[in-house]
Amino acid sequence: MSLSPAAGPVPAAIGSGGTAGPPRDRRGAGHSPGRLAWLRLRADRTALASGAALVLFLLVALAAPLIELTYGIGPRDQFQDRLDGFGLPLGRAGGVSGEHFFGLEPRLGRDIFIRLVYGLRTSLFVALAAAVLTSVIGVVLGTLAGYLGGWLDAVVTWITDLTLALPFLVVALVLPPMLTLRFYGQRDTVPAAFGVGVLIVIFAVFGWTGTARLIRGQVIALREREFVAAARASGAGPWHMLFRELLPNLRAPILVSFSLTVPQFVTGEAALSFIGVGLTEETPSFGRMIYQSLEYLQTDPAFVLFPGVVIFALVLAVNLFGDALRDALDPKSAG
Amino acid sequence: MTDGPADEAGPLLRVRGLTKHFPVRGGPVRAVDGLDFEVRAGETLGLVGESGCGKSTTGRLLVRLLEPTGGSIEFAGHDLTHAGRRHLRPLRGQLQIIFQDPYASLNPRHPVGRIIAMPLRVNRIDPPGGTRARVRELMERVGLNPEHHNRYPHEFSGGQRQRVGIARALATEPRLVVADEPVSALDVSIQAQVVNLLRRLHRDLGLALVLISHDLAVVRHLCQRVAVMYLGRIVEIGDRDDIYHRPQHPYTRALLAAVPHVGQFGPAGRLRLTGEAPTPLDPPSGCRFRTRCPRARERCAVEEPALVRRDGGGQATACHFPGPDPLPAEPVRAMA
Ligand SMILES: Nc1ncnc2c1ncn2[C@@H]1O[C@H](COP(=O)(O)OP(=O)(O)O)[C@@H](O)[C@H]1O
Ligand code: SF4
Ligand SMILES: [Mg+2]
Repeated sequence: MSLSPAAGPVPAAIGSGGTAGPPRDRRGAGHSPGRLAWLRLRADRTALASGAALVLFLLVALAAPLIELTYGIGPRDQFQDRLDGFGLPLGRAGGVSGEHFFGLEPRLGRDIFIRLVYGLRTSLFVALAAAVLTSVIGVVLGTLAGYLGGWLDAVVTWITDLTLALPFLVVALVLPPMLTLRFYGQRDTVPAAFGVGVLIVIFAVFGWTGTARLIRGQVIALREREFVAAARASGAGPWHMLFRELLPNLRAPILVSFSLTVPQFVTGEAALSFIGVGLTEETPSFGRMIYQSLEYLQTDPAFVLFPGVVIFALVLAVNLFGDALRDALDPKSAG
Repeated sequence: MTDGPADEAGPLLRVRGLTKHFPVRGGPVRAVDGLDFEVRAGETLGLVGESGCGKSTTGRLLVRLLEPTGGSIEFAGHDLTHAGRRHLRPLRGQLQIIFQDPYASLNPRHPVGRIIAMPLRVNRIDPPGGTRARVRELMERVGLNPEHHNRYPHEFSGGQRQRVGIARALATEPRLVVADEPVSALDVSIQAQVVNLLRRLHRDLGLALVLISHDLAVVRHLCQRVAVMYLGRIVEIGDRDDIYHRPQHPYTRALLAAVPHVGQFGPAGRLRLTGEAPTPLDPPSGCRFRTRCPRARERCAVEEPALVRRDGGGQATACHFPGPDPLPAEPVRAMA
């Protein structure tokens, strides 16, 4: 059966009242474009594999406290007694054992497995929260600029250009310490959530421009379509226009830009915590772990291996799934 | 003539000096430049002319998708010319539009039932028997299977989609429907079916129709009266038979001559339409048609011909030298 909208007009008997039509699904309803995309996605092996991996990662991140409970070791527990005189874990492959699945960190002797589980939680939380915030800002500004046009469009375009001109690294390096100083002074201990929040805000502030531009372009293209004119000619107000006519057509581009920003923020979080920005020391994070592991590249290579492999797998899964999702949403762009 | 609501004494739609200039770089585009016409209740008026002469702009002005630069539009006794959304609201349902492109004119994310119900929903109209029943009835009326109300536009053919667009325009039981090239995007084999549907709807529902088309055969089939447009102006208007059998304006004659089986006058009347219409950015002085008119004379360059009735009939022509008769002595030459 033909599931592609590109299949063109159905050669049905129109004169006889157009009773013939394409196949329906089980509920007798038609296939919405969203449903077609879903069917295409389900038929895509890469999408299935990367999607399954993503679900697994998400479950692990969500169930981190449960995993801690069953595993019996917390992310801040130290096992100094299992380190040798140089602070390196005893045993093979960085102390891998039935008790410590991925071994121990040198020096502090913390369990790598449970820290990776919590690192995944941090990473996904930061990336998803930042991507949601990015989408909200980008969609709101892009839609307003594209739909209303005029001076509002000019202002949004101007803010976009300004944001693009901001040097990301400089702001990322300067802003968190400034904010920490402002809110907690010199001495107070900073709660981990604060560092996470700052990171999310930085990503959102720098990330929304791409979404806004994409959405603005889509809205401008949609605005010229005659179904929008039909609604206007029927007296539709702005609420109906935005939420009934435009937004349903923006779901695909919103998902696309979301799928593009998530992996960006996963690597971004790792990169920033690698250079020591944002997250506090005790927040488990891939970037932090890799940074610390560099010192032990020679003496304890297992320490870099585990977080390296996990973050690689995570970014790969996010990217592959994003690609498959984009293909499913826009079959014309698929190779 | 079909019976229309007998409340107003005057015509349903009255257009006076209607003008739309688009501000663009290089001066205003005079897309519509002073139209006068009327449409009575239940009447069908065809608007014909070459591409770019301002037909669509006129249609969009009539349903107030565009705001006129000048002139006035009066519908059912209300002045719509500069009416705001609030003021237009109660009239929107009585004045609907059908678009040319059956692909762009339906929201791809809505099932067709919702598309057809949109004007009801937007205007918070609860039809007797409910919206669902109304949608079913509309789908049946335009020849669609009501069972298909929860299918999406991409599951229909071009002709079926155009029927959906027509059903949507009928949802609020309008008194006037503007149809902008309703069949020109369709396969030739399907055009006749949709034309016949429009004809039946006009007959059964008694709605007034402004049919915009560059296809003279379609207009002849559907319209009681015809207005011929050239470069933003009406050059000739009259009853269908007068326009098709006794065209007075050289442009009308040329248009008809280009369609052999439609134009029904002898070789003597045959005129060829050569070249392209000048740009509405900079229309010719005097008569706008003079750069292509085989009858053009000095007077045509300096004096713009008014749309005047001839012989006291319903036919009006904007030409200094109308009619099929050969011109007297003065040499005829085209002015470039
Ligand atoms: N929004 C607009 N801005 C500028 N020019 C326009 C716009 N819409 C139409 N025009 C111009 O107005 C003229 C008439 O266009 P239109 O009404 O679409 O003609 P038709 O429907 O008879 O082909 C054309 O020259 C067109 O380029
Ligand atoms: S007024 Fe002159 S130029 Fe214009 S149509 Fe008549 S004869 Fe031709
Ligand atoms: Mg047009």
